[in-house]
Amino acid sequence: MEKNESFKAYKHRLDHALDNEFLRTAMDNFAVAYRTSRLNAFSGMDVDQIIQEVAKIKATAINDNELLLAQFISKAEENGIQVHQADTAEDANRIIAQIAKQTGSQRIVKSKSMTAEETHLNQWLENKGLTVTETDLGEWIVQLRKEGPSHMVMPAIHLSRHQVADLFSDVTKIHQDAEIEKLVKVARQQLREKYVQADMGITGANYAVAETGTLGIVTNEGNARLVSTLPRVHVALVGIDKLLPTIKDALSINRVLPRNATGQAITSYVTWITGPSECKGVPEGKRQMHIVFLDNGRRKIARDPVFKEVLQCVRCGACANVCPVYRMVGGHQLGYIYIGAIGLITTYFFHGRENARNLVQNCTNCGACRAVCAGGINLPWLIKEIHARIQDEEGHPLKSLMLGKVLKSRRLFHRLLRTASLAQKPVTGGTPYLRHLPMIFSKEHNFRMLPAIAKTPFRDRFKDLTTPVKKPMCRIALFSGCVQDFVYPEQLEAAMELFRKANVAVEFPMDQSCCGLPALMMGEKDAARDVGLQNIQAFKGEDVDYIVTLCASCASHLKNHVPNLVKDYDRDAAGEFADKVMVFSQFINQVLGVDALKPGTHDTRKTAFHSPCHLCRGLGIKEDPKRVIAQSGHEYVRTDEEETCCGFGGSFSANFPSVSKEILTRKLDDVEKSGADLLVTECPGCVLQLRGGALRQNRAIEVKHISEIL
Amino acid sequence: MNQEKLVSTFKEKAGLVSAIVHEVPDIGAALAKAVDLCREKKSLENLMPGQGSDAVSPPGKILAAPNLDPTDYQSLELLCKTNDIFLIKEDVRNFPGGIDMGLTLMDFGIAETGTLVLNSDSEETRLSTMLCETHVAVIDKTDIRETALAMANELTQMTKHPSSYTAFITGASRTADIERVLALGVHGPLELHIILTGQNLSEPNLSGRNKSGQI
Repeated sequence: MEKNESFKAYKHRLDHALDNEFLRTAMDNFAVAYRTSRLNAFSGMDVDQIIQEVAKIKATAINDNELLLAQFISKAEENGIQVHQADTAEDANRIIAQIAKQTGSQRIVKSKSMTAEETHLNQWLENKGLTVTETDLGEWIVQLRKEGPSHMVMPAIHLSRHQVADLFSDVTKIHQDAEIEKLVKVARQQLREKYVQADMGITGANYAVAETGTLGIVTNEGNARLVSTLPRVHVALVGIDKLLPTIKDALSINRVLPRNATGQAITSYVTWITGPSECKGVPEGKRQMHIVFLDNGRRKIARDPVFKEVLQCVRCGACANVCPVYRMVGGHQLGYIYIGAIGLITTYFFHGRENARNLVQNCTNCGACRAVCAGGINLPWLIKEIHARIQDEEGHPLKSLMLGKVLKSRRLFHRLLRTASLAQKPVTGGTPYLRHLPMIFSKEHNFRMLPAIAKTPFRDRFKDLTTPVKKPMCRIALFSGCVQDFVYPEQLEAAMELFRKANVAVEFPMDQSCCGLPALMMGEKDAARDVGLQNIQAFKGEDVDYIVTLCASCASHLKNHVPNLVKDYDRDAAGEFADKVMVFSQFINQVLGVDALKPGTHDTRKTAFHSPCHLCRGLGIKEDPKRVIAQSGHEYVRTDEEETCCGFGGSFSANFPSVSKEILTRKLDDVEKSGADLLVTECPGCVLQLRGGALRQNRAIEVKHISEIL
Repeated sequence: MNQEKLVSTFKEKAGLVSAIVHEVPDIGAALAKAVDLCREKKSLENLMPGQGSDAVSPPGKILAAPNLDPTDYQSLELLCKTNDIFLIKEDVRNFPGGIDMGLTLMDFGIAETGTLVLNSDSEETRLSTMLCETHVAVIDKTDIRETALAMANELTQMTKHPSSYTAFITGASRTADIERVLALGVHGPLELHIILTGQNLSEPNLSGRNKSGQI
């Protein structure tokens, strides 16, 4: 959490985190354990369906937000609760400080509230001379360390027991052993006194039920119960996005929230407070209760047609749990206040673009967050929307502007690639790799061997590779994507051979260009749209059954993003185009039939599969490539991280090479562990990353595109 | 789900979150079981020596039973007396450093998650379940429901009146905030015992008590 940090300083902070061995191990163990516990927690349930229900409940509640707020307020006031509305973070802090003043409250205990973190409430109250104690163990630890939480539900996950023991020794002035059970007891003892002495308790809320004016609070430790029971004043700070019509809605969400957050079926405590509850410590017999509803940009988000789904977030933190970048660098490096994918988006709205501009780029767009999101939010897409929006507001960096300009003109783009193919000779020495990096790269980009640009691109070879097909079994147009066209034409050549044997008629529209994903990744939305339109145009005249591509990223982009990007221009044509797009393994399996493949006369090799993010999550294709591998005569072996990002992410690996390198290394470790010596994938970008990494790290792993094993 | 299945699911799920489940025929046996547990438990570790409880300074163990009906309370009083247990039903606030045991009758159980539902409108009930080292929750088998969602209407009734405070309790107070290692009893109870009452499923509810908040 650094204000207005330069990109260089941010990268420095990332490198520092990558060197933190404890953090790395803790994060990695967590990432692995989380997968299993989530799976177990949802076993026997139709996860997709119940997540859809949550998304629907939240979306409806966001639409009806003003009504629900009015309903809640009227009910709460009828019950004797004082309700306040805060437009900004500062307003909320001011209101709460004012309540403290009015009620003569000096000592305050708090249960964990991300909303209070968002408003920097503690700092504000402390500046007013009040004493604030966090009571959630993890929050208390980070408060004592003067840090922010590094995870939404596990605030101190970045710290070791030794660090906590040292901290507690300082606090208690007694040496504390680094034994977790004992440290927990220290907190129990130290914090009990704080509850008893406190005048005011501050909580957040997970749910605000309008029908009954009830707050629902989800905790494991039970601290929110003490915070809302011992002190004579209770203040709840609640974002207006927490409003729901009924307790049934809250219970529906609560089926998903704890399972998705920590893999628990339910947390130890769920507390429903309609209030103001009985308090025998005051003559009135009831405590004073205040609810502060916070806007702080939420209304603006709710009105934004693109971003309103952000408010479907239930704050489970799962998007961090599965994020490959979070796994490498931890939450302090992947969030300002809110952590993980949702943090990359909300930081812009809640804490300004100066705190969002670096963060928002630190995303491989692997889509793991979207696949796990309890609120059904299209997080990777919205991250790119924020990225583009920040660039529109601040001016586009030269690098991405140039990329956008070049991509918009296919001729210019291809001419540059051809020129590069000639100009690279001094650095390739005639090999298919760049033996040393040209000056434009820094040393840290050297973590993988980079391939050379092919002497003859596929588009120039195509004519010689096709023969007229009489009575073809089907007609396809090939979408090559730029990497295979200009770097790995041999992957396409291998596919052409298969198509020929299977009697498939193949067209290659010469006006096709880059799919546009790189432009989108760099926040050049306009360029991505223009390239999308060009491609639609290029394929318009082709009378084909399918548009086949060997690149999962292109396929996913063409199917999922392009129709959205061009929707105001050529919606129908885009839909028709997108419907025809198929990725190679899917085409083999579903159209040709795997029987069309004849196992080669090669040795059977133990073969791992790296499922490209855009294949398994972007397109939902998981089985087709494995069937193809099995049919190829190789032995498929499952790896634990099969669906984990390889760290390429296009411009991500250029912007954050040190993070990309570590994600890659973890991936290769996993493949090595499986005993496979052949690693197959279905995206040339992944090939580039994995093959380059395996070579650089001298691993006994050969990396191939799936077309190259047939 | 039939009732037998509800009870067995409840037991299984409660066990998964470290709750210790007992089965007895009726409320009388439940009280006796609670007293046994109280007698056998390690003495209280007073978290605030020199405060509150010292002023009262009760001898022996302290047991709070805030929501029993008068006859049951009387039987418990007798049992406590013979076992040197100091029984209270109010002013739990005077024991901020902790009490040995909180004994509460629960309103509902939720089989799916092994959860207990407790009307905690009364501060005494609330604090008895928060300040105790051991929480003993007594629940009749006929009050076990399948899922929280299936009892949304009952929960709406419990939560809709002013000053209501309703608790879902699943296992003991827990944290995994240090190195993700599970530790019980960070703020509230170190242990949760659940005593299921009622013998056979066809028999009527033996405890015959009223549930506040329920129509």
